[in-house]
Amino acid sequence: MELAFYASGLVAVLATLRVITSTNPIHALLYLIVSLLAVALVFFALGAPFAGALEVIVYAGAIMVLFVFVVMMLNLNAAVTARERAWLGPRTWVGPSVLAALLLVVLLATLQHGDIGRVIEGDTLTAKAVGMVLFGPWLVVVELVAMLLLAALVTASHVGRSVSREADSGRDGA
Amino acid sequence: MNGSTEMLVVVLAAMAQALAILAGALLLAAVMTVVERRLLGLWQDRHGPNRVGPWGSLQLVADMIKILFKEDWIPPFADRALFVLAPAIAMASLLLSFMIIPWTPTWGVADWHIGLLFFFAMAGINVYAVLLGGWSSGNKYALLGAMRATAQTLSYEVFMGLSLMGVVALAGSFNLRDIVAAQQGLWFIVPQFFGFCTFLVAGVAVTHRHPFDQPEAEQELADGYHIEYSGMKFGMFYVGEYLGMVLVSALIVTLFFGGWHGPWLPPFVWFALKTAALLVLFVLLRASLPRPRFDRMMSFGWRVCLPLTLINLLVTGAAILWLSPAAD
Repeated sequence: MELAFYASGLVAVLATLRVITSTNPIHALLYLIVSLLAVALVFFALGAPFAGALEVIVYAGAIMVLFVFVVMMLNLNAAVTARERAWLGPRTWVGPSVLAALLLVVLLATLQHGDIGRVIEGDTLTAKAVGMVLFGPWLVVVELVAMLLLAALVTASHVGRSVSREADSGRDGA
Repeated sequence: MNGSTEMLVVVLAAMAQALAILAGALLLAAVMTVVERRLLGLWQDRHGPNRVGPWGSLQLVADMIKILFKEDWIPPFADRALFVLAPAIAMASLLLSFMIIPWTPTWGVADWHIGLLFFFAMAGINVYAVLLGGWSSGNKYALLGAMRATAQTLSYEVFMGLSLMGVVALAGSFNLRDIVAAQQGLWFIVPQFFGFCTFLVAGVAVTHRHPFDQPEAEQELADGYHIEYSGMKFGMFYVGEYLGMVLVSALIVTLFFGGWHGPWLPPFVWFALKTAALLVLFVLLRASLPRPRFDRMMSFGWRVCLPLTLINLLVTGAAILWLSPAAD
């Protein structure tokens, strides 16, 4: 399992690097999907298949589909790719890279202090165990998230409503 | 030494079983392409393919030879890598889903406690096949087909998950073996009738089968997302559709019709008979129903099926709490 953990972690890091460096937006998004799938496999390797499956269903299967869907309709062409390439000049990425490298050093130092060998062990978490924790100690948070989602739902239906009604009446009138 | 040899035998037997299930699913999907045409012929009062071999039984071989020897053409305006990747995703994601189906008490590949979630994950990945296939073709009909397919699949996947939660709540597990075991006395189609109806609709929609085949409507879109595909790449999309059909049928049998349970006959025969009946239902739907307008179909999903699944889940939860002995 340790090998699976490090292999999928490596894939996640490499794929995420390619997300930043790809000049074609669709290809960049595909690398992001690969990265999310790799993170899901990290969850599997850590013994949390429930979280891994949800990662694939929610992020790779639903949210990223919408991203790809929108970008697909932007009518991308060679000019866009060329502009992306121009934006990837060294002057643009040197600053963020230095800062990110500093964060990486901090992360590595933290990992150096912790006992790495012990982290990748433990029982496999079942969906039932996750549910018991969510509806036990974390019940208040779950309820708050539910309210937040309800608010988002009401907002979305309000924003979408007038547009769809106009479209509907237009179609029926025609 | 002895222990390791035994271990090796167990591993090899499991691998052989997995390969047999893979080959069986693939073969069944391929055979369905011909069976569907024969059945359509029967119901539409015409002959169907009956020339190759006795009663047209070798039609599949003829089709395979034809499709393998066709020119494998990639349009110069296509995004090559994605164009090749899309049919592979279409087949692979569906074939992987067969892993979780328990065919008989002893046959099955994975016995996971997240079983059903794995199917949802693979169904989510399967969307990319159509999306990328349509976009990378560089063809406006393909793009329009891909857009329709994506909107349709996303809408119907929302309540596909919800429609099965009643079953999961009754069985108390995502594991398909536990779900089959929980149907020993009563098939879940009785307490979960609305769940069955909505899952059937969602299953047909997610596999882009008629009457939910707007993504490939030939009158408007000239075959939609796979218009630029030829040869075996088209064949993979085509067989992928039938694989989806077999997968959804097998899942419905497992979730609502008691899996391998049944009197007198051996378990596998029961499973095969139930699956075959559902496959015929899929073909009959295609033979009998007209194709609805795309916006009507979308609003049917969101305004009828989604509320229905939510109410079904609420009532199921309430009934379980009502009937169960006080837990504490």
